Amino acid sequence: MRYLPLTETDRSAMLARIGVASVDDLFVDVPDSARFDGQFDLPDHMAEFEVEQRMSAMATRNITTGDVPSFLGAGAYRHHIPASVDHLIQRGEFLTSYTPYQPEISQGTLQALFEFQSMVALITGMDVANASMYDGATSCAEAVLMARRVTRRNRAVVSGSVHPHYSTVTETQAKYVDIDIDILPPDLDGSEDLSGKIDDETACVVVQNPGVLGHVRDLSPLAAECQEKGALLIVVVTEAVSLGALRSPGEMGADVVVAEGQSIGNPQGFGGPYVGLFAAREKYVRQMPGRLCGETVDADGKRGWVLTLSTREQHIRREKATSNICTNAGLCALAFTIHLSLLGEDGFRDLATLNHARASQLADKLSEVPGVELLPEAFFNEFAVRLSRSAGEVVDELAAQNVLGGVPASRLFGKGQGLDDILLIAASELTTQDDMEALVARLTEVLA
Amino acid sequence: MSHSRDLSRSPAAAGSGTRETVHGHEGLQLEELLLFEIDNPGATGVDLPEPGTFTARLGGLERQGEIGLPSVSEPEVVRHFTRLSQKNYAIDMGTYPLGSCTMKHNPRLNEKMTRLPGFANAHPLQPDATVQGAFELIDGVAGWLKELTGMPAIAMSPAAGAHGELCGVMAIRAALDDREGGPTTRRRILVPDSAHGTNPATAAVCGFSVDAIPSDSRGRVDVKAFAEKLDDDVAGIMITNPNTCGLFEPDMIEIAELIHEAGGYFYCDGANFNAIVGRVRPGDLGIDCMHINLHKTFSTPHGGGGPGAGPVVLSEALASFAPVPWVVHGEEGFSLVEHEADAGAAKPFGRLKGFHGQMGMFIRAYAYMLSHGRDGLRQVASDAVLNANYVMSSLSDVMTPSFDGPCMHECLFDDRFLKDTGVSTLDFAKAMLDEGYHPMTMYFPLVVHGAMLIEPTETESKRSLDDFIAVMRALVDRAKQGEGESFAAAPTMTPRRRLDETAAARQPVLRWTPEMPTAEAAE
Repeated sequence: MRYLPLTETDRSAMLARIGVASVDDLFVDVPDSARFDGQFDLPDHMAEFEVEQRMSAMATRNITTGDVPSFLGAGAYRHHIPASVDHLIQRGEFLTSYTPYQPEISQGTLQALFEFQSMVALITGMDVANASMYDGATSCAEAVLMARRVTRRNRAVVSGSVHPHYSTVTETQAKYVDIDIDILPPDLDGSEDLSGKIDDETACVVVQNPGVLGHVRDLSPLAAECQEKGALLIVVVTEAVSLGALRSPGEMGADVVVAEGQSIGNPQGFGGPYVGLFAAREKYVRQMPGRLCGETVDADGKRGWVLTLSTREQHIRREKATSNICTNAGLCALAFTIHLSLLGEDGFRDLATLNHARASQLADKLSEVPGVELLPEAFFNEFAVRLSRSAGEVVDELAAQNVLGGVPASRLFGKGQGLDDILLIAASELTTQDDMEALVARLTEVLA
Repeated sequence: MSHSRDLSRSPAAAGSGTRETVHGHEGLQLEELLLFEIDNPGATGVDLPEPGTFTARLGGLERQGEIGLPSVSEPEVVRHFTRLSQKNYAIDMGTYPLGSCTMKHNPRLNEKMTRLPGFANAHPLQPDATVQGAFELIDGVAGWLKELTGMPAIAMSPAAGAHGELCGVMAIRAALDDREGGPTTRRRILVPDSAHGTNPATAAVCGFSVDAIPSDSRGRVDVKAFAEKLDDDVAGIMITNPNTCGLFEPDMIEIAELIHEAGGYFYCDGANFNAIVGRVRPGDLGIDCMHINLHKTFSTPHGGGGPGAGPVVLSEALASFAPVPWVVHGEEGFSLVEHEADAGAAKPFGRLKGFHGQMGMFIRAYAYMLSHGRDGLRQVASDAVLNANYVMSSLSDVMTPSFDGPCMHECLFDDRFLKDTGVSTLDFAKAMLDEGYHPMTMYFPLVVHGAMLIEPTETESKRSLDDFIAVMRALVDRAKQGEGESFAAAPTMTPRRRLDETAAARQPVLRWTPEMPTAEAAE
């Protein structure tokens, strides 16, 4: 077995040193009734090439966004990942190291995390960011729990603009700790008015920008109202590239920004692993969930980094911790950091512009297709359209013709919510004019 | 940056003629600035095409002003992160005996498989017909985990061990609420005092109070003390098995019977499944749920702190409360249940994560499972336990094992052997750094004084264990010879010496700012 270094000779010598006859003697604490000596209904070990053949066959049974024109988004986006990103994150020193609890021999991971936190704070327009969460949806849930700790209030209002995975994950996390979550219906025209919903018992308002149906909104008035009522404004961003084009949530008055960072440096990968971003105003730092990396000096006075403020965390505070989270998304955060380093100030903004341009060009073309009505007036790289037929059926028919045409809103919100004719369509820098022509042509046929 | 390193404290430097270098580099040990400090406006690491003609539709919300991101070319970025990587210790470099963390070899085949275009480019919301291979893979991993644990059901979406705990405890809560037709009156969860911190933290975020069960003198759950705590307000018990002392809990079956008789559920923390995979099916012990850290037992890489994956196997009693989504297999192939309304008779407690789980980790774990097969996985547990016992036997005469008898996949020592040496567990660990080793887990579990928890894993050769044992014995010898001061000064040869964690927490500097003057910022 190629991954197991011990030979039979080694094993015999080691058992002799221990003073037992067989490995079974080391399992003395396992009661006989708990020992399994039968045969599992599983195959025996395989050669590397056999595993590769079997798994490659599985992978080729998928028709993916790399094979055919794709317009899928809704929280996971297809972007180019520079070759050096994937090369660097596969360096064994990053890939095969543990959480940097021994800072003297983990400065690489720690400095990269410090750069990650700095970049996340900059693009969201916030003071501080943590070292990442599992994904955008869990980051959102943790933000609501934090709002309760900060405000000592028990009510949360979740806008209809929020991705349903985010709102349901938040609802799930909140249900056993007595937080009332009011999830508003989907906001088709982007005119949702939350003003009547916020009162002095509201811990937080959660709103997504761009919204799940694509609408881009100025959140400043909402931020002002939250501030007046003492509620925190939590802004969700599911497409991190949008932060290169739009006024940052921080500039619009957000107290907490939670985002999905997949778009930068991480593949779609059928839904994970991704990287949750969590940024906030500095005054909330000691209430934040997750790991934080901070600057300090070593015994010689040299600058270095450590995990800090760990008295918030479960391994110190146990049941009194701010969150039960232990693992974060270290390697995905590293991919994010490397990609954003390559992009830099201009590249990040240019990438965002390119995404918006492709979506706007696509919207123009689709507006010409009979049976397609564009919903948002202002959007970034994704928009909802109303079709003259069921979006689910249309998407299946497009897929049969080798076009991944988008995400039906009913896939996110469930059927029977009055959204069956709504389709979400995304573009990115990878969307070519040929891709757009293919969608327009196939959609025209399917809707005719 | 300060270069005031006191070389007199470094034994290697003594008499070697080492002097300060121009940029603070020491041979191949290279200093590296923050990316923000090598910002070179105008440089870029990407080339993008012009967007062409388009109508701006951002609703007048275009970003104004600078963001403040650094501008750096590709060669500089590659060099920056390569240099950073070289400041890390890693499994690829040497033994990483962190108890309870299972730092085993990460096969590169697993990386290659997850990067197959058919997986990497699959969007999570594609039509079912286009992603049958992806569903087949998830279903395959689920099948292996159910078979290996002897459990009938599984929830695949949890993103990490603690997230799996959340899933399991929420399923318990949902089952109790369902049974009682409203919020359960059972609000107490029993957790041994040796448990990982995530156990009590998880119980708390599910609305339970935590009641600690003491360990007995053998490092196991005190069954009598446990039985006395059973009452009609007990929701369940969370036990790690093998436990955090590296010992199998021999009374698991009795504990399961008692908790079930009392109307509660049995959560098993599967963090240490590595020790028993292929040899014990946790389902045979009577548990109701157990998370499996794919980044431990099934060798998905730790990546400097994640991402992980923590699927949870469930008993019949809890199966119907599993969160959405899950894969089903019907006449037209695989499909996905994503909404409560489509769940049929099941009563999912909700959703724990966006999309369907840590697919990239499932792929890596599957490659690992297929590579080992049922025969290899049993050997994994055997060799992991053999290696740990070999280390324990080879150190027992100079260090102090906390408990008698063989251990499972990790061996626990306490600091009695350091008595009167002036050397603490922390000092001992820091001295290991200079010897080129990542230390064992320190000060955990909390049930012994100055704990040192060593988990070699099955992927260490006898030679590497012998090297490790030699280092440990030499360090013990040095400590007992009265070299306490050198331990207190350690490490001296690492990229950084001991870092001031108090200063970091007192006035946190958590990000770069343009005004940041370098080392002084932390003062």
